[in-house]
Amino acid sequence: MVGRFTKPRSMKDVTTHYCPGCGHGIIHRLICEVIDELGERENTIAVAPVGCAVLAYDYWDFDTMEAAHGRTPAVATGVKRVLPDRLVFTYQGDGDLAAIGTAEIIHAGNRGEKISVIFVNNGVYGMTGGQMAPTTLLGQTTATSQFTRRAEKEGFPLKVLEMMSVLPGVAYLERTSIHSPKDVMSTKKAIRKVFQTQLDGKGFSMLEIISPCPTYWGLTPVKSLERIEKEVVKEYPLGVIKQ
Amino acid sequence: MKKKYLSTGNEACGEGAVRAGCRFYAGYPITPQNELTAYMSRRMEEENGIFIQAESELAAVSMVFGAAVTGAKAMTTSSSPGISLKQEGISYMAGCELPGVIVNVVRGGPGLGNISGAQSDYFQSTKGGGHGDYRMIVLAPASVQETFDFTYESFGLADKYRMPVMVLTDGILGQMMEKLEFDDDIQAVPEGDRSWVLDGAKAREARCIKSLFLGDGALEAHNIKLQKKYRKIEKEEVRYETYKLEDADKVIVAYGSVSRIGKACVDRLREEGVKAGLFRPVTLWPFPYKELSDLAKKGTRFLVAEMSAGQMVEDVRLAVQDDMRVAFYGRMGGEVPTEEEIIEQVKRIKEKEKRKK
Repeated sequence: MVGRFTKPRSMKDVTTHYCPGCGHGIIHRLICEVIDELGERENTIAVAPVGCAVLAYDYWDFDTMEAAHGRTPAVATGVKRVLPDRLVFTYQGDGDLAAIGTAEIIHAGNRGEKISVIFVNNGVYGMTGGQMAPTTLLGQTTATSQFTRRAEKEGFPLKVLEMMSVLPGVAYLERTSIHSPKDVMSTKKAIRKVFQTQLDGKGFSMLEIISPCPTYWGLTPVKSLERIEKEVVKEYPLGVIKQ
Repeated sequence: MKKKYLSTGNEACGEGAVRAGCRFYAGYPITPQNELTAYMSRRMEEENGIFIQAESELAAVSMVFGAAVTGAKAMTTSSSPGISLKQEGISYMAGCELPGVIVNVVRGGPGLGNISGAQSDYFQSTKGGGHGDYRMIVLAPASVQETFDFTYESFGLADKYRMPVMVLTDGILGQMMEKLEFDDDIQAVPEGDRSWVLDGAKAREARCIKSLFLGDGALEAHNIKLQKKYRKIEKEEVRYETYKLEDADKVIVAYGSVSRIGKACVDRLREEGVKAGLFRPVTLWPFPYKELSDLAKKGTRFLVAEMSAGQMVEDVRLAVQDDMRVAFYGRMGGEVPTEEEIIEQVKRIKEKEKRKK
């Protein structure tokens, strides 16, 4: 039987603007596949971040909006509280969620806001030229850690997911990766789990996805995936953190 | 049936919002408007609305941004330092053309300042505060009743023009208690056009609400659209109040709390044979430039009185186009000018005028 590999219904047929080997393309598509499989396209409202995925709404054929940098969970809170039966999710990067938006993500979780958060962790600030992120690994060179990240001066990689796990309002937390086909499938399962948590009214849900940034890791796309497998997941272990 | 209440300005503000149909409030405690946040926490619950005490003023305005996107009537309130935090959200709401109401119960600044009422946020409210080419309609009440009325009306204006609207009051008006009257059956402000809201793309094209326009010339085109809107507002929404202006040649220009003091000064000056009058801007943006300019053509001399180092006075000078005829008197740091101080200033203008002749 000859099938046709097409874009999911929720995905717009546009040319990608992301770098070769970037994880956003895969993750955007997985989100669309899950939304289509759940039949939620007409019920979804997504909040895009500031970061490389600021243009995420160019790829998604459902209601979307921007948010000020880091305020994404607060914006989603406003939407979800007024329209509690919609599927409201945020899509955020390292800066948006783990730096400027730390207060907003913690308090959205602490209030148990019934939103879903897709946190794309690639250990750098891509859009602005590869600066250090809170999630950058020790020893990693970036535009603002040119002598590598050193604990005494630059602190440690931030584990937001682990921090969130102590909050009673948080219903589901998982970390996955997309560095292999098996992990891509795990990520898709986790996205579905996280959206279903919201649809079942269980509370706040968040998925952290380890993603590559070949451009600012200074590696080829293939080597970037190897780096995730060999280094990043040792610092950011995969698995369900809370359910 | 008209009901009478004795109310603080802060609570009148809250009730004005509730009666307008506001059912989403996000805020953070800050003196001197804590009564307002507390009032909304009760009233939103009573009316099956949504109240969130946010983690910060920054988060609160973004929550209003989120609620506004769905077409909800949403409000956030704060005082000067908290309003500084909200500038980001205000700029985003303006850029995304979202309706919403922001109330500033002004206190002394800059920095942490103090908790007394002041008028030192005029620039912040009318000249930006947030980044980019945008404007906010700014309404300045001068009584508890007006605080209710203007907050109520602000939702209609926000909706009509799809933009954030500010009610600029101060700690004195917020805390004082006065008579408040309104019809118990007062209707909620009717909803405007809702063809842009996000509520799930059911049986329609998906929509995107954003203020980011990266394409060639796209942001300029968007700004031209916003400017057209602002020009229309400047033509149609200017509001002001005059007191004993018909034959006045010495005009006190003041807004909010100071306009009340100004009115008393006008009466006392008239008793002493001075042809004094009061011009009170009610919309600080759009500012009544034309009306002041017309007054100036009659040879009027102005005394602008503010609880600030002199902010609105710049707009008065712009309108009058003759700095020699615009004097300023201000008290800073939340101090309130007395009638005697203002009367003294008007008399000095009279003296100067006499010496010139």
